[in-house]
Amino acid sequence: MSPVSLPLFDALLLFSIVGLAWASLATTDERRSVILFIAFGLVLAVAWGRLLAPDVALAEAAIGAGLSGALLLGAVHRQPRPLSPGSTNDSRNQGATGMGVVLRWVVTLLCTALAGTLAWALLHAFSSVPHDMLPRAISGNLAASGVSNPVTAVLLNFRAYDTLLELAVLLTAVLGIFALGQANPGYQPAGPVFDSLVRWLVPVLILTSGYLLWVGAHAPGGAFQAGAILAAAGVVLRLAGRTRIGLPEGFMLRIVMAAGVGLFLLVGLTLLLLGRPFLGYPPAWAGSLILLIETAAMLSIAATLLLAFLGGRPESPAHAARTESANTTASNSGNEEQTPC
Amino acid sequence: MLTAQWMYGLAGCVIMALGLRGALLHASLLQRIVAINVMGAGVFMLLVAVAYRGPVLPPDPLPHALVLTGIVVAVSATALALALARRLHAEQEDD
Amino acid sequence: MINILSSILILSGVFFYLAGSIGLLRLPDLYSRLHALTKADNLGLGLLIAGVALHSQDLLMMLKLLLIWLAVLAASATSAHLIARQARRQETGS
Repeated sequence: MSPVSLPLFDALLLFSIVGLAWASLATTDERRSVILFIAFGLVLAVAWGRLLAPDVALAEAAIGAGLSGALLLGAVHRQPRPLSPGSTNDSRNQGATGMGVVLRWVVTLLCTALAGTLAWALLHAFSSVPHDMLPRAISGNLAASGVSNPVTAVLLNFRAYDTLLELAVLLTAVLGIFALGQANPGYQPAGPVFDSLVRWLVPVLILTSGYLLWVGAHAPGGAFQAGAILAAAGVVLRLAGRTRIGLPEGFMLRIVMAAGVGLFLLVGLTLLLLGRPFLGYPPAWAGSLILLIETAAMLSIAATLLLAFLGGRPESPAHAARTESANTTASNSGNEEQTPC
Repeated sequence: MLTAQWMYGLAGCVIMALGLRGALLHASLLQRIVAINVMGAGVFMLLVAVAYRGPVLPPDPLPHALVLTGIVVAVSATALALALARRLHAEQEDD
Repeated sequence: MINILSSILILSGVFFYLAGSIGLLRLPDLYSRLHALTKADNLGLGLLIAGVALHSQDLLMMLKLLLIWLAVLAASATSAHLIARQARRQETGS
């Protein structure tokens, strides 16, 4: 590629990204804001690809734009009017009072100052040649890590403790969501067009997630991207009005939710009992242990993200069956309230 | 410092400031959640820009792993925030 | 030779995307905009993928790119249908 066109491409890409972020936050219409945010996330994934970060690009497209967008769109759809923390909505929106306008300008100036300080720090930090001690250490130990994708090696071997805690954060978030109420009401059964798409799309998604899990050892991919795609399969089933969306019920659901953290801890403690450091895999077993942990993590992440989309405790099977029959009779008379889009 | 690092790093700072401003000033709870996500995206861009070492050298994988973790944590925080907002809305409607 | 051919394909793909975006901005109502956007964007994507596929190393990568195009085709056709159906319902007042 010629040396002049790449900075031009970068400039155009960054212009669209910053422009989308600005537009998403400048509008007061919630729906427009969310849709622009989804577009922002997708163009951001292109930026990750350009910066040679394909794992991050996959995760951004699947989780950052896809699942976050689905969550936000669902929230926008469920509210008849914008959500505000109190009755001071109008005065802050209009900014008609002098105090309101001054406050907005002060905050804007402070944020600009923050951006300037960070930019100055960045420039200062990179005025000298950066240390490459860590990248050299990672590539030096990659052969003993059990995988050949350096990002997977960092996530699941060199910094496995961080990933364990991240899975715990996911679990905590979904427990909080459980504590806040029941799941959102379902959607009406899909028409023939959407239903036939779902029929072949869901098996392809399941296959793709299995492929991403397997290929994460030597190419971009891994448990997080695979879990997100599996969750997307469940979301698609939910949007098509199905009651069975792949989530296990009752006790099995709790097992699957805890499987990621649980298996991680089990492996770590077993290694501790065998005299090795916590989560210090023996190099001969590292590849298999990583695959085992990643499989459990994938199922756990998928269940957690799908439950997050559901928005609360899933309804019991008997209740779900009654709702489905009620929805079918209701759709026959053409009198629905919820729609898939 | 590479041109790409500088451009993407600066853009990351700008996006982060935009998100922070939106999170502080918007009245609607949902838009504040979107703004916090935008702020997170700015931080990620800063990290990935720092990790980029040019077209020849492979990028530094450690910030990539951190960003991956960050994306997953951000979505779970968003989900919890949306559940809280929904419950808040329900409580406000009752009284 | 391959570079020239793939550049032509990619540029014509981009042209179709541009046409679709202009249609989105200039056409009068929802249905014609959906029509223009879905058709032009999917054709543009097909040409883009054809242009990229010329650079692929083996048959497997070409098949994967083709699968991407088919999946996007089906998904965008379905979502266009859903949007149009919902708009129709809101118009005839259900």
